[in-house]
Amino acid sequence: MKLFNIRGGVHPEDRKHLAADQAIEDLPLAPLLHVALQQHIGNAATPAVRRGQQVAKGELLGTGQGPISAPVHAPTSGRIMGIGSFPAHHVSGLSVRTITLQPDGKDQWLEGIEGVPDPFALDPDEIAARVAAAGIVGMGGATFPSAVKLNLRKKYRLHTLVINGAECEPYLTCDDRLMREHTAQVLDGARIMAHALGVTQIIIAIENNKPQAQAAMTGAAADSPAVRVAGLPMRYPMGSEKHLVQTLTGRETPARGLTADIGVVVHNPATAFAVHQALRLGWPLVSRLVTVSGGAITRPRNLRVPLGTPVQQLIDYCGGFREEPTRLISGGPMMGNPLPGTRVPIVKGSNGVLALTAEEVNAQAAAPCIRCANCVAACPCGLLPLQMAAHARAGDLDGTVRLGLMDCIGCGSCSYVCPAHIPLVQFFNYAKGEMAARGRAKQKQAETKRLIEQRTARIEAIQQAKREAMAARKRESAGKPPAQTPADRRAEA
Amino acid sequence: MYSDTPIAGPYAHERTSVSRIMVLVVLALLPATLFSLWQFGWPAIFLFLITVGTCLVAEAACLRAAEKPLRPSLLDGSALLTGWLLAMSLPPWAPWWIGVLGGLIAIVVAKQVFGGIGQNLFNPAMVARVALLISFPAELTRYVAPAPLFSPQAPGFGEGLAITFGLDGSDMVTGATLLGQVRTELGQGHPLPDILPGIYQPWSDAVGTLAGSMGETSALLLLLGGLFLLSQRVITWHIPVATIATLALAATLMNLYDPAHYPDALYHLVGGATLLAAFFIATDPVTSPISPRGQLIFGAGLGVLIYSIRTWAGYPEGVAFAIVLMNTCTPLIDHYVRPRIYGRDRKGAPIEYADDADAEVTR
Repeated sequence: MKLFNIRGGVHPEDRKHLAADQAIEDLPLAPLLHVALQQHIGNAATPAVRRGQQVAKGELLGTGQGPISAPVHAPTSGRIMGIGSFPAHHVSGLSVRTITLQPDGKDQWLEGIEGVPDPFALDPDEIAARVAAAGIVGMGGATFPSAVKLNLRKKYRLHTLVINGAECEPYLTCDDRLMREHTAQVLDGARIMAHALGVTQIIIAIENNKPQAQAAMTGAAADSPAVRVAGLPMRYPMGSEKHLVQTLTGRETPARGLTADIGVVVHNPATAFAVHQALRLGWPLVSRLVTVSGGAITRPRNLRVPLGTPVQQLIDYCGGFREEPTRLISGGPMMGNPLPGTRVPIVKGSNGVLALTAEEVNAQAAAPCIRCANCVAACPCGLLPLQMAAHARAGDLDGTVRLGLMDCIGCGSCSYVCPAHIPLVQFFNYAKGEMAARGRAKQKQAETKRLIEQRTARIEAIQQAKREAMAARKRESAGKPPAQTPADRRAEA
Repeated sequence: MYSDTPIAGPYAHERTSVSRIMVLVVLALLPATLFSLWQFGWPAIFLFLITVGTCLVAEAACLRAAEKPLRPSLLDGSALLTGWLLAMSLPPWAPWWIGVLGGLIAIVVAKQVFGGIGQNLFNPAMVARVALLISFPAELTRYVAPAPLFSPQAPGFGEGLAITFGLDGSDMVTGATLLGQVRTELGQGHPLPDILPGIYQPWSDAVGTLAGSMGETSALLLLLGGLFLLSQRVITWHIPVATIATLALAATLMNLYDPAHYPDALYHLVGGATLLAAFFIATDPVTSPISPRGQLIFGAGLGVLIYSIRTWAGYPEGVAFAIVLMNTCTPLIDHYVRPRIYGRDRKGAPIEYADDADAEVTR
């Protein structure tokens, strides 16, 4: 199929050979699972179980709150040890509300869990409802509740579902393995999502460094003309939703908009797989595939991991560290984040655990910018990273925003190519964080102002009422002697 | 254990550094430089070493004065490259103090006063060359015809020392550059067809037998170096192509208009420092625009200026002036010429599509 060019991008060493040939293995149950109540974008779930309660696999542990949220379920059967705080799977290492579950080893599914015989007979709303109930979120790492995305058909005129199998981050191979080993299920999930979205056209987009996945998908989709497999050129960040859609359709998503604005919805293969399981088997999302790789890992693997498993468990299963890693990363090396430790649990968005050596990270002290403009050439968004960073560095946030800070997708291509090793993304993250803080402060100010105004209006109304009552009384007293009100009597007493 | 300093990613980096870029540029300059040193013999070698040495010493002294660490800045190769390019732009038999003064102007005045690497507004080597040309026109326009090292007419080691250190420069065989000679003769009213045949053979001159500064000698080797830089992606094609194309276009048009007074495009490319400028000096990242369109504008402006100065202004060669003038435009170009941001039109408003119903993926 005809593809279109995107601007910029880089060609990092993909290092997928480390784990690409490792078939998916089931990780044995950890002694304790820590299921965080927030593993998605939106509101945290609220606990639906008590301490000491016995739960079955797939039983609801926390209910989603509000329109953008997701429930969490028991990854295995066992006993609830507690509902408390536990370090989050987040660079900050701060504690979040977490349910701790002690597996009983039986791994017994909740009774009554069953799928739908024919999902295509269901109403799209019903599919979205089941996807929401299964706690499925975007599993490429964005963790946006998938059901919300399935309901986009109500607001937009959609025509295509794209399954984003680009997996353009180096090292990661779990989507590759999933598409190779569970081809039919991924395709089935994609078809169910297409049905829910009301579109007929499905494009499964896979980078050319995954020929087996391409072949498997092409074979499985051979009998359906509505499903096409696109071989993407290898270039980071091909898997960026908006750039992927541009590669496939030639159209850019309008700034601050969604790909749905140009009729396309993008989902990850792992999300499609989860949708398949939710609809066909009735299984909620309780495990996911994780690539454990990097030069410091003894035996890189692709693992099926129950959610809530401590990262240490994965590393131990892969033979531990071959050498002391310089960095322990969640996700890919380009957009992933450092893990605060190995105690933290695997969450719905963890697609990789990477232990990288100093040689792989290749960090060096930053030198002055020589304006070589490699970052300008690498930016897939047409920004001027060197100038944005200079403004951010000088504390000129407005200048940074004027240069397009909010159009930056944080892909890291600029930092990757910078010969002076300037941490450009760090500057942008700082500026974005400051902007968010400013936004919150502004909101708080506006809210305070609103409350003060309301209070003033309230007091004013009371005084007005008093004045009117007084006037009325005066008018009355002018005619006849004043009748005592209960309040007046109290005042006299 | 692993470092958990929360600095943002990526946690991978291309195998690149500032010094790698500088080393590649030096590598690209090496063939043309060695050829020129051979062509102009010992005096040229002395001047080259003096100029480069002065730049390195000046850089170290400035860093010391500014209390900045010496090693990273000295080892990044930028001062070396500045001295190298300056030496390439000087008459090869110029006296030692020209090299010393030039090196000091380049590093102290044009680079470190602005704040060091990456901060200078003008190309340091070109600032130095312009300052020297204006201050010492005689020394800066006294050229010799090439006399290859160890050939009978070449000066020996001792004679070379004498020439460079001004002990015995009286019997120096001076010659004008091609551009200078043609300018003089045109000024005397001779038409080009009478002037050129004796002094200019386009193809053999391209190899490097012309009188001139070291960087003007071998157009061919400089072109090879430039192509090497392009292949290594140290530079992009925008500035060289825009410069050369604009210069060639201007020369061709004027040549078609009046062949007796305006030489053709090849003359302008082979003669003077056109190729050195287009590939090595104009592409200096610090002083050229950052966006591809800005670079095209920069290169085109450079081509027009080089042609205009050579043809109508008071100097036979205008590369250094043209570059310094275009350097002044760089901040302006960078301010007005920016890439279009993804999802936005040129004015910065979000893209709007006329009819989304037609948005069908092409088969």
